[in-house]
Amino acid sequence: MSSAGLLAAAASDGDLFVAQNVFFAVIAVVMIISAIRCVTTRNVVHAALWLVLVLAGTAAQFILLGSEFVAVTQVLVYIGAIIVLFLFGIMLTRASMGDDESVAGEKRLMAGLVAVLLAVVMGVALIDSYSDTRLVIEEPQRFSAVSDAIFSQYIVAFEAVSVLLLAALIGAIVVARKE
Amino acid sequence: MTLSAMISGIGVFSELSYWQVTSIRVAAGLVAVLLVAGTLVYVHLFKIVSFMQSRLGPMEAGPYGSLQLLAEIGKFLQKEDIVPRRADRFVFKAAPFVVLASTFLLLVVLPGGPDAWFISNDLGIYLAMAVGSVSVIGILMAGWGSASKYSLLGGLRATGQLIAYELPLLLAVVGVVIQAESMNLQQIVLVQANGEIFGWGAIGNPFIITQFVGFLIFMVAMQAELTQTPFDMPVAESELVTGYMTEYSGLRFLLFFIGEFATAGVFSAIAAVLFLGGWYVPGLEPTDNLFNVIGPLVLIGKVVLLSFLIFWIRFTFPRFREDQLQRLAWKFLVPLALANIVVTAVLKVVI
Repeated sequence: MSSAGLLAAAASDGDLFVAQNVFFAVIAVVMIISAIRCVTTRNVVHAALWLVLVLAGTAAQFILLGSEFVAVTQVLVYIGAIIVLFLFGIMLTRASMGDDESVAGEKRLMAGLVAVLLAVVMGVALIDSYSDTRLVIEEPQRFSAVSDAIFSQYIVAFEAVSVLLLAALIGAIVVARKE
Repeated sequence: MTLSAMISGIGVFSELSYWQVTSIRVAAGLVAVLLVAGTLVYVHLFKIVSFMQSRLGPMEAGPYGSLQLLAEIGKFLQKEDIVPRRADRFVFKAAPFVVLASTFLLLVVLPGGPDAWFISNDLGIYLAMAVGSVSVIGILMAGWGSASKYSLLGGLRATGQLIAYELPLLLAVVGVVIQAESMNLQQIVLVQANGEIFGWGAIGNPFIITQFVGFLIFMVAMQAELTQTPFDMPVAESELVTGYMTEYSGLRFLLFFIGEFATAGVFSAIAAVLFLGGWYVPGLEPTDNLFNVIGPLVLIGKVVLLSFLIFWIRFTFPRFREDQLQRLAWKFLVPLALANIVVTAVLKVVI
């Protein structure tokens, strides 16, 4: 049975879909452990590699939700580009092998505070607005549906984001350029 | 690929349960990666290059040295798996598996026949481009984890190069996607098989004709993505020993080696599907059940053909300089690929 069939069966029953929940839990545990290790490790490269696991877990969760496009984009943009740039930058500048004591600065308290605040605000907002909503996934979201939405309903937002990115691109070139 | 093809060809595939189909696909994937990598190493690395250099190549193990590969694998397996003392053990040991995993994931989107595929959905080429970029992380892990300056320099060079050439690779594909109106590789094959050239449909419409510029960009970018000469600065043996692979020995070096050639095979297969019609050969209906059996073989034939180009160039040209490499990617290939997209899009609407 294909993944589309599984999702359809789960939605039509209206019951708990066991496999999906089990995998959600497994992936979520991996993500949480990786996220904690990401901020507690003293080695910058290790932190970036733990972040890869967190982002890969996010992509996997999107696949469980049937959002193929978002999942693949997550891999392409975050793992394939942003993390690679992180690692590239770290290795060009400070690629020390062992633990780096300067990483554990006095900013830890402040960062922890911000993280807790963010978690509380987002958690409350999400539970408040969606706790009664039941997510029904009848079939995986198709590429053509995504592109149709972008180029009809959200065309203005899409163009605005494009112009914004272009401006950032030109700005980066101007800053990096030596006269 | 071949196994699943034969089983689906005799009409049993649909009656198997989910886990049986999945195990067959996993086995077929293993066969496809190892068989293609072995074929490329034997045919191109052992024999074609020997012919180019006026020598015989391996001749002792088996007829015409055809069992040399098994001898090599046996040699690598019994070597000691050395980890440098200052290396980051886990990162060092995991790196080859990340690179190889990326190769296996690339294979998933490739169709081998009308019913012989691993997955067939809209993700197609987009998924391939996404998971193909994951290998960079494995290379960076190897370069950094080895605690060696040669490895680190090799890893950094590889990353700069792979980032630069991923862009023209992706943009070259866009032309094909616009023309085929799909990102599904199976659909791209069918569009080429059913296409017509000015009303003449005897050989279909392989996109190498209409997308010739895209094909050239794709092949050049592919050569760079595979870090084959003239783009082999990451493993430049005269400067960096073997770059990010310097500290590896035994099984882990073998994994990198298999990964290199298997990736060459899989990328050639993607190029064959995009530009040469994939598993289709003229003369038969694309829905013919026979394609489930001969399709994978046709695809492998096209892979050998395209990878011959890669290795021909590899053993013919000298190495680029780092700045020449970046200039070629950003100032020539990317603008050319963008122009190709514009022309294709305009013609698609006008014609």
